Amino acid sequence: MVQDTKHTSNKTRLVKLTVNGVAYERVVEPRLTLVDFIRGELGITGTHVGCEHGVCGACTVIFDGYPVRSCIMLAVQAHSHSVQTVESMSTGDQLHPIQQAFWENFGLQCGFCTPGFLLTVQDLLSRNPDPTDTEIREELSGNICRCTGYQSIIAAVKQAAIYMRKEE
Amino acid sequence: MKPASFDYFDPESVEEVLDLLHQHGDEAKILAGGQSLGPLLNMRLSTPQIIVDINRVTDLEYYNSDDTGLKVGAMTRQSTLEDDNNLKNIQPLLAASIPYIGHRSIRNRGTVGGSVAHADPAAEWPAIMLTLDGTVLIRNSTSSRTVDASDFYLSALTTDLKSDEMLVEIQIPSWAKTSGWSFVEFSRRHGDFAVLGVATHLTIENRQCTKSRIAIIGGGPIPIRTRKAESMLTGETISDELLKEAAEQASKEIDPDSDMHASAEYRHHLASVLVSTALRKAADRADEQGGK
Repeated sequence: MVQDTKHTSNKTRLVKLTVNGVAYERVVEPRLTLVDFIRGELGITGTHVGCEHGVCGACTVIFDGYPVRSCIMLAVQAHSHSVQTVESMSTGDQLHPIQQAFWENFGLQCGFCTPGFLLTVQDLLSRNPDPTDTEIREELSGNICRCTGYQSIIAAVKQAAIYMRKEE
Repeated sequence: MKPASFDYFDPESVEEVLDLLHQHGDEAKILAGGQSLGPLLNMRLSTPQIIVDINRVTDLEYYNSDDTGLKVGAMTRQSTLEDDNNLKNIQPLLAASIPYIGHRSIRNRGTVGGSVAHADPAAEWPAIMLTLDGTVLIRNSTSSRTVDASDFYLSALTTDLKSDEMLVEIQIPSWAKTSGWSFVEFSRRHGDFAVLGVATHLTIENRQCTKSRIAIIGGGPIPIRTRKAESMLTGETISDELLKEAAEQASKEIDPDSDMHASAEYRHHLASVLVSTALRKAADRADEQGGK
């Protein structure tokens, strides 16, 4: 058990974590989901809440380096862990190469699903810098987009892969 | 869609978990990877009084193999096994099946123990366990016991686990050299719940089938071993005709429902096609390993 009187209560808990490299502390109910914590408690609203049961991928965040669905995790589970959201990708006005590629290839229309796609693609390209169309489709099958019909997203990922390889 | 309130505990040792389960029994629910329980909580289909979160029990994140077989700690994440390039040499059927489990972000969080114990009739792990003669190691605060996978699954989402017990490890016996395997699954999109899936495992020695296992997911309330079809193969010389007959038999041993994804009739048909495909592939692989 973590030696902290607030933390060992089972009604409310102290959650200390870092989001995009910034440390935060909040006392919350254990039933609060991670995505509601990030948006509602911390006011970092780039992560979107879609289906709320782990199907659509809109709420994808990077948890200790790995993409996870923040709508089916509890905020208390992130205590003493690190989270990165879509806000971690760009630097000031400078888009991340993956964001640039999505922009150039019309990889979004309404943009609701985009934060989840961007982080999923970032993880995909870190493991597989030159994915085939089939691999891209398989990897993105866990993210739902109701606007684009996916073709432009696939094109964006291929473009992003080229940008990312050039960068290295 | 938010979880109803609950008391939350996140112990760091197996002993603490078992004490909590002993104390709270039926009112408590174990939270492992949360990829099934999370949605159930959000939709309030599950409203436990107490959540025992075992994500801080790092002692259960391990896997190892030796001559006797493979052992996997309950809190091992699916993606940990997926990323081990050597797994296909140790347990090829398992290595081939894991990418079918949900999506990458699900596998990053989802655990082996959670999937085996949740007993979703369309999940991959229960079929893997049945096909590979897996066993589960179960503990409560005073004792431990081992249960064969074939005795573990009782009815939809229900296993032999008692309310004060916890699945701590799964065990899979070592792989016979002249074995072949196949895992085939039909779903509308990669990573979706299987409309139907088949795991097979054949051992062939001197052209004769000495062991056969066929497990079907999505074919009923629990993952099903089609034992009559298996027995048609054991002791026989494999031929295309025999494999086809066994596949027909297997499709009669399932009890699927009709739902928005497929009718029961279609699932029966799919079973005969997929089992036939899977058995052929498994037999070919066994041949390549010297089973001819």
